[in-house]
Amino acid sequence: MKSFFRMTYPYILWIAVFIVAPMVMILLYALTRTGNSTLTFQFTLENFARFFSDATFMRVLLTSLRIALLTTVFCLLIGYPAAFFISRLSERRQTMMVLLLTLPMWINMLLKTYAWRGILLNFDLASEFKVFIGMVYDFLPYMIIQIHTSIAKMDGNLLTAAYDLGANKWKTFLKVILPLSVPGIISGITLVFLPAVSSFVIPKLLGGGDYVLIGNLIEIYFLTAGDWNFGSAISLIMALIIIASMWLTRKLDRNAQEE
Amino acid sequence: MERKKSRWSFLSNGYLVLVLLFIYLPIFYVVLFSFNESKSLTNFTGFSLRWYENMFNDETMLQSIYTTVLTAVIATVVSTVVGTVAAIGLSKAKPLVRNLILEVNNLPVMNPDIVTAIGLMLLFISTKVQLSLTTLILAHISFCIPYVILTVMPKLRQLDDNVAEAALDLGATPVQALVKVILPQIYPAIFSGALIAFSMSFDDFVISFFTAGVGINNISMYVYSMKRYNPSVNALSTLIVVVVTLILIAANVIPRIKDKKTKKEED
Repeated sequence: MKSFFRMTYPYILWIAVFIVAPMVMILLYALTRTGNSTLTFQFTLENFARFFSDATFMRVLLTSLRIALLTTVFCLLIGYPAAFFISRLSERRQTMMVLLLTLPMWINMLLKTYAWRGILLNFDLASEFKVFIGMVYDFLPYMIIQIHTSIAKMDGNLLTAAYDLGANKWKTFLKVILPLSVPGIISGITLVFLPAVSSFVIPKLLGGGDYVLIGNLIEIYFLTAGDWNFGSAISLIMALIIIASMWLTRKLDRNAQEE
Repeated sequence: MERKKSRWSFLSNGYLVLVLLFIYLPIFYVVLFSFNESKSLTNFTGFSLRWYENMFNDETMLQSIYTTVLTAVIATVVSTVVGTVAAIGLSKAKPLVRNLILEVNNLPVMNPDIVTAIGLMLLFISTKVQLSLTTLILAHISFCIPYVILTVMPKLRQLDDNVAEAALDLGATPVQALVKVILPQIYPAIFSGALIAFSMSFDDFVISFFTAGVGINNISMYVYSMKRYNPSVNALSTLIVVVVTLILIAANVIPRIKDKKTKKEED
């Protein structure tokens, strides 16, 4: 079977060049100054100090976290009942509903966001609210599908048992269905929160030029300001926040399952 | 009791209809306004096909469709082949090595697109590779492979190792064992991996935006960089909606027809 492992050699070379090297480059740029210090490896934490000492940058970071959090909460509030109701339908209808929910996910996100721009022109709304609508729209199907999968996987006998033991509908929901759907909720949250924090297309197209999130900041420093070192530092900070929140959700998930 | 039940299902069905309306609102909107007579985004003034006509006369738009399709086809073919071969090799690797490689493989899936994008851009620029259509395609191949591996890998691990062993013992060369024994068993997973790769590549904006050369635009980049509103975009969206719907219907109906056929033959 050793001969089979040789099949991975080209891929190992590929990930070294196209996955590992780019990450190393971001790290190197983030830790150096503009100029040739990337080549001479004169490390500094200047870029990070600059980010955290500037009130403007901190405000952008907080706005990004706030809107990502709001989006996640609303996707959960809207998505959970939807997922639950779908799971009560007949099998045929469930497949149909999942298909209907997946179809728009195959359509280019830029085109859908552009359509929202047209729709929202009819209303006079604050830019943050427009961005919020765009984000909830974009991420809702992921939340519904994740939760639905975890409810649909549930053993129907558990529900019958709960009813037989005298639990009413509410109690069955709270004590059986809800706890068992936590894994779905967790993966739904991950699939919504993470891309929402780093999103930069939706704020740009729906929020207008003055609505800046952390993703837009990275774009500005890379493509407009040409300060790759600072841009790399910002994306590293964002990646660290995302890793930290992922670690936190996983821990919460584990705690919930132990209970 | 009966009455309570029907009121309940009325409410829950109503809720689902509202959610679907929300999700389909922009799609109805683009389809409607793609037939609008005027340029207005808020008033439907009358039926016309002028935006479809415009689309087929718009060189930049057609060019962006061509770039998108070309990139997606090449990225899908290359990433499916490389990903499948790598996954088969990995499934025979030692657990420690396999898990290490899979962790690295997962990086682009977990990382925000924009981090993957600037990483690739820094790689290309600092190795003095001019950004072009080639760098765009390379970037797409590199973010598609992990999805192919993630789709093919679980199927491979369900396979019975003994079957491939038996083929080898019976005198098959490793290549024959691969083509005649392993590949036919994982064919559906390879197909869904390829489908995911194609849709990831077709829809990508962020990674393309940072890794394509000047003047190279895919559909997403074209829409993003549009200076003035161009209603032909609605016509393009409508065509994409139609194509996606047809593909999804086909993907769901064809297996069912096949099932029926095989059942009939068995009878």
